[in-house]
Amino acid sequence: MGHKTPLYELHESMGGKLVDFGGWDMPLHYGSQLEEHNIVRQDSGMFDVSHMTIVDVSGQEARKYLQYLVANDVARLEVKGKALYTAMLNEQGGIIDDLIIYLMTEKGSSNEWYRLVVNCATREKDLAWMADRAIGFDVTLNEQPELAMVAVQGPKARAKVAALLGGSREQAINELAVFQGFESEGWFIARTGYTGEDGLEIIVPDDEVAKFWSDLAEAAVAPCGLGARDTLRLEAGMNLYGSDMTDTVTPLESGIAWSVAFEPADRQFVGRDVLDQQKANGGYDKLVGLVLETRGVLRGHQRVIVDGIGEGEITSGTFSPTLGFSVALARVPAGTGAAAKVEMRGKEIDVRVVRPPFVRNGKKVFE
Amino acid sequence: MSNVPGELKYVSSHEWIREEGDGTVTIGVTDHAQEALGDVVFVELPDIDAEVSAGDDAGVVESVKAASDIYAPVSGVVVAVNEDLEDAPEMVNSDPYGDGWFFKLKLTDESELDDLLSADEYTAACEEE
Repeated sequence: MGHKTPLYELHESMGGKLVDFGGWDMPLHYGSQLEEHNIVRQDSGMFDVSHMTIVDVSGQEARKYLQYLVANDVARLEVKGKALYTAMLNEQGGIIDDLIIYLMTEKGSSNEWYRLVVNCATREKDLAWMADRAIGFDVTLNEQPELAMVAVQGPKARAKVAALLGGSREQAINELAVFQGFESEGWFIARTGYTGEDGLEIIVPDDEVAKFWSDLAEAAVAPCGLGARDTLRLEAGMNLYGSDMTDTVTPLESGIAWSVAFEPADRQFVGRDVLDQQKANGGYDKLVGLVLETRGVLRGHQRVIVDGIGEGEITSGTFSPTLGFSVALARVPAGTGAAAKVEMRGKEIDVRVVRPPFVRNGKKVFE
Repeated sequence: MSNVPGELKYVSSHEWIREEGDGTVTIGVTDHAQEALGDVVFVELPDIDAEVSAGDDAGVVESVKAASDIYAPVSGVVVAVNEDLEDAPEMVNSDPYGDGWFFKLKLTDESELDDLLSADEYTAACEEE
């Protein structure tokens, strides 16, 4: 048996089909992955993401340490509660993990601290890496295993959570900017997500999360599993660590160059030299979107053939419930144009190469 | 445990077979199979008049999770396919033994029916998986 989140019994009683995910017993779906996907695009759904690892970083040199640890620059966080998406790299520029960093205090305050949310499957290597890099910095790392996390996503998600919580939280949620969070009596509520819809990710003490989940269900927020979470994030063109990026590829090769802060040029972060070199030389592989508008489903690890250029590989593929056909992310050679072929079940099938995302706020967005 | 109707025959690759009494059989995938597949999004069916031998690939079912081959459980000639699955593949999930049928075969060797599993034998085979 794997680890259980504080919502395990509720998943079982609500009909969740539980599967192993990175050592955790998590719901894959509660009946139909497609229905859960669609309800998030049209209304609201909730996901138990308590398996994710939360680490608080404090100390005199917290900012200096994070500026060295990750490829994005936490000095870009100007406002208390603001979120930053970034990758943590090894010395070769390979991605150890992707993460979200929240600034939890006013910028520049004497007790400045940050909250990091990293993946569960990479927890041990992340914690070991972060501890090793912390040597020589006046910094304290505190994992927060007693915090649970729920993502409530969809066009009606924010309004439903606001109405449910009421009072000062209701007002704060209604006024919350994108990629911004706030603390409230031990809760941390942020307008972030992994679905391409509006919504919230809410960090809640373990002993309060079951009531919150039940209250959300009462407010007609549908429980959704990891299956829908995967199709939603893929439609939204968001990478999954371990599939679309690993410790052998860089952010430039993974479609997240935008999350690397090359300026200021004198900020020395782990992996920087390799990225500078790669950027200067060019010619590196790129992560693109593939679209198959006829029958069939693109799947991870299928071979991509680019005539006259070379070959690549699908890193994640799925049937897109919103679009009604298949989409994928694939790593392909630099010179890949608008067309490619994918080897599917022994046949080479024509696909279009597009720039992700595929879907945002319920609608098709690629050309 | 999933639904395994007593009047049907089965193979361990999770197809069911219904004898129609006129030398033809109807074939689909079991409730156990549809549950394991998850939501079905595309179904590829064999061509009418195609000749298949027992154990041949006769189609593909694609779900949100994976693509799986559909095997011909017995030898025969394809005499009908369920074209409604093209627009409504979800019927494989909602009604695997009824509207979710795949294709019909005219048998070339009726003695092959003796090799098929009964409902009890199929249930036992699933439990061993």
